[in-house]
Amino acid sequence: MIEVSNKCIGCTKCVPVCPFAAINMISKKAVMNEACTLCGACVQVCPVQAITITREEASAKDFSGYKGVWVYVELTETGDKTHPKKIKPVTFELLGAARKLADELREEVCAVLLTDKDHNYAKDLGAYGADKVYMVEHDELFEYNTDIFSTVIVGLVNRHKPSSMLYGATIQGRDLAPRVASTLYVGLTADCTALAIKDGLLLQSRPAFGGNIMADILAPNSRPQMSTVRPNVMKMNEPVVGRTAVVVREGAKLDKSLRRVKVLERKIAHDAAGVKIETAGVIVSGGRGMKTKEKFKQLEELSKLLGGVVGASRAAVDLGFKDKTHQVGQSGTTVSPKLYLSFGISGAVQHIVGMKASDVIVAVNKDPNAPIFNVAKYGIVGDAHEIVPKLIEALKKR
Amino acid sequence: MNIVVCVKQVPDSTEVKINPETGHLIRAGVPSIINPYDHYALQAALELKAKHNFKVTLVSMGPPQAKSVVQMGMALGADEGILLSDMAFAGSDTWSTSYALAKAIKKIGKVDMILAGMQAIDGDTAQTGPGVAQQLGIPQITFCEQVEVDGRRVIARKQIDGGYEVLEARPPVLLTMIMTKDYTPRYPSFLAVSASLKKPFHVWSAADVGAEAHFLGLKGSPTQVSRIYPPPQREKAAMFSGSGQEGAGKILEIMRSEHFVE
Repeated sequence: MIEVSNKCIGCTKCVPVCPFAAINMISKKAVMNEACTLCGACVQVCPVQAITITREEASAKDFSGYKGVWVYVELTETGDKTHPKKIKPVTFELLGAARKLADELREEVCAVLLTDKDHNYAKDLGAYGADKVYMVEHDELFEYNTDIFSTVIVGLVNRHKPSSMLYGATIQGRDLAPRVASTLYVGLTADCTALAIKDGLLLQSRPAFGGNIMADILAPNSRPQMSTVRPNVMKMNEPVVGRTAVVVREGAKLDKSLRRVKVLERKIAHDAAGVKIETAGVIVSGGRGMKTKEKFKQLEELSKLLGGVVGASRAAVDLGFKDKTHQVGQSGTTVSPKLYLSFGISGAVQHIVGMKASDVIVAVNKDPNAPIFNVAKYGIVGDAHEIVPKLIEALKKR
Repeated sequence: MNIVVCVKQVPDSTEVKINPETGHLIRAGVPSIINPYDHYALQAALELKAKHNFKVTLVSMGPPQAKSVVQMGMALGADEGILLSDMAFAGSDTWSTSYALAKAIKKIGKVDMILAGMQAIDGDTAQTGPGVAQQLGIPQITFCEQVEVDGRRVIARKQIDGGYEVLEARPPVLLTMIMTKDYTPRYPSFLAVSASLKKPFHVWSAADVGAEAHFLGLKGSPTQVSRIYPPPQREKAAMFSGSGQEGAGKILEIMRSEHFVE
C-alpha cells in the first residue's frame, strides 16, 4: 500500500521523479494512479516524509523445506544429431554465481540437465561448481521445446523444492523461465546483473528503462526464487579438475502430443572461420553511418585483419548491410568481446545494452555527442569512411 | 481467424535521463509511446488481416491515458480495442499482468492467435507474453521475425542464438515479435484517427474480466521492487578527433597500448 498523509504540502517534487508517471496532483495533494509500482522513488525525494509504503507482512508460509540453488543447463542446438551437444558457457557462468549463493546459504548447487543422450556432462558441471546433477534422459528431449521442457522442469521443482533457480537470459532461457514461473506462480526476475543473499532471500539487481535505472527485486513469498542472467555477465569459476557431482537420474513421462510446436527448419550461421559473434574476442561493428553495403564490406576486411567477427546495429541490418545473425543489441545478440570497435553507430539504448559489457570499446562517429561515447573507453570523432581504409592500410603494413 | 494484439503504453526510455547530481530519473517531457515491439507486432497482425481478412482486436492494460495507444492501433486498422484499467491492477508484476491479460482474452472469446512485442522497453523482461500463453494453456513461439498463416497452420520464423528456426503450430497460439524491417510500423493520419473513434472501444475492470483481487497488484505479484537507484556512472571516454589518417593512427595506437596488436 502507498499512502500520502496530510503532511503533503503539494510541492510536486515527487511528480517528475516517478519513473512511471504515476503521480497526479489533485487538490494540491499527491495522488498515485494505477501505474504505481511502489518502487519508492517518491518516498526518497519527499521533503516532509508524507509518503509511506507499507508492505504485506512476509508470508506465513513455511519455506524451510525449499533448499538448493539450481542452474538450468543449456545445451547448444547443433542442428546435427551426429555431433554431441555442448554445454553453453552461460551455464558455467551461472554455476559460478550459484556456488557463491549456495555457500552463503549452506545449500547445494544442483544442475538440471534435460537431454536425449548423456555425454558425461556431469564431469564438467561438477568441475564448474555443481554438487549434484538432476538428469532427465529421454528421446523426446532431443531438441528444445517449450511445452516439453517446461513440463519436465515444473515436475522436478515440485518434487525437489529448490530455494532458487537460475537460467541464462538467452533465447531459450527467456522462453522457458517465464513459462515455468507462470505455472508455479513464483517470482521471476529477468536479466539480472548481480545476485546476492539478503536476510536469506535472493536479492536480484537488474537494469530497467533501457539501462537508465537499476532496480533490486525480491520474491519473498514464493519458492523457488527464479532469475535469468545474460551471458557474459557473471564470471565463470576456474574449473576444478576432478571435482565431481553426484548424478541423480530422474524419470519423465513425455507424450508426443505435448509437442505442440514443431521445428520445420533450423539454420545457424557461422562466419567463414566458424566463429560465432556471441563468443568472439574482437568485434568490428558498423551502423547506419557506414552508408552503403559496399562500404560496410570494408569492415569485413578490417575484422579479418584483427581476427574478429563483424557486428551490426539494427539500423545496419534493416538497411540490408549485414545479415540479422550479426546484429548486436536487445533484439540481436548480447556480446562482451575483449575489443569492440564501432564505426558509424550512434548508440541507441537498444544497441548499447547488447555491447556495453565489452572490455574495451573504441567508437568512431562523426557526432561528438553520439551516445555511444558514453560507454566507450576511447572515442574518435571522425569520418569512418576515411578512417577504415587508412586503418586497413596501416594494419597491412605492419 | 481472430487475432488479439497486446499493446502497452510506455515512457520512451531512449528519452529518459538521470540527473547526475540527485541520481533521480528526469521524466519531465518524456513522451508516452506505444511500446515499439508491440508496434511491430501490430503491423504483423495488420498484414495478416490485409491478406486473409482476419479480425484484429487490441488489448492493453494501463491507466486511463493508455487509451491513446489503443486508439492509435485502431486508427492503423485494428477493428476493436479493449483497455484493462482498474486501481486493482496497480503494482502488478509480470505474473499478475499476464493473469489479467489472459482473463481479458478469455472474455473476448474465440481467439486463434495472440501477437505481442517480445518485451516492453520500460521493463525489458519478455515475460508477459509467455505468461499469457501459459495462463491460457496454449503454445507459444517467442522472438519471431516473421509470421504466416496457411489454412490452419501458423508458421513463424523465430530468432535463435546465431541463426533462426522455422516453427509450426496450430491455433490457438501466442507469438512474440522482435523488430524487423518486414514489419516496419506506420503512423496513422489525422483522418484515420478521427474515423477510428467510431470503432468499438471498451474499458474493462478487474471485475469485468473475472480477475480475482488476490492475484492482482502488489498483493498478487510474486516479485517486489525493493529499491531503485541510478546505475553506476562510467568513466568518460578519452576523446580524440582528426582526419582519416590521424584517426586510423590513433586507433592503432590504442590497440597497441591495450595489447590487441603488436
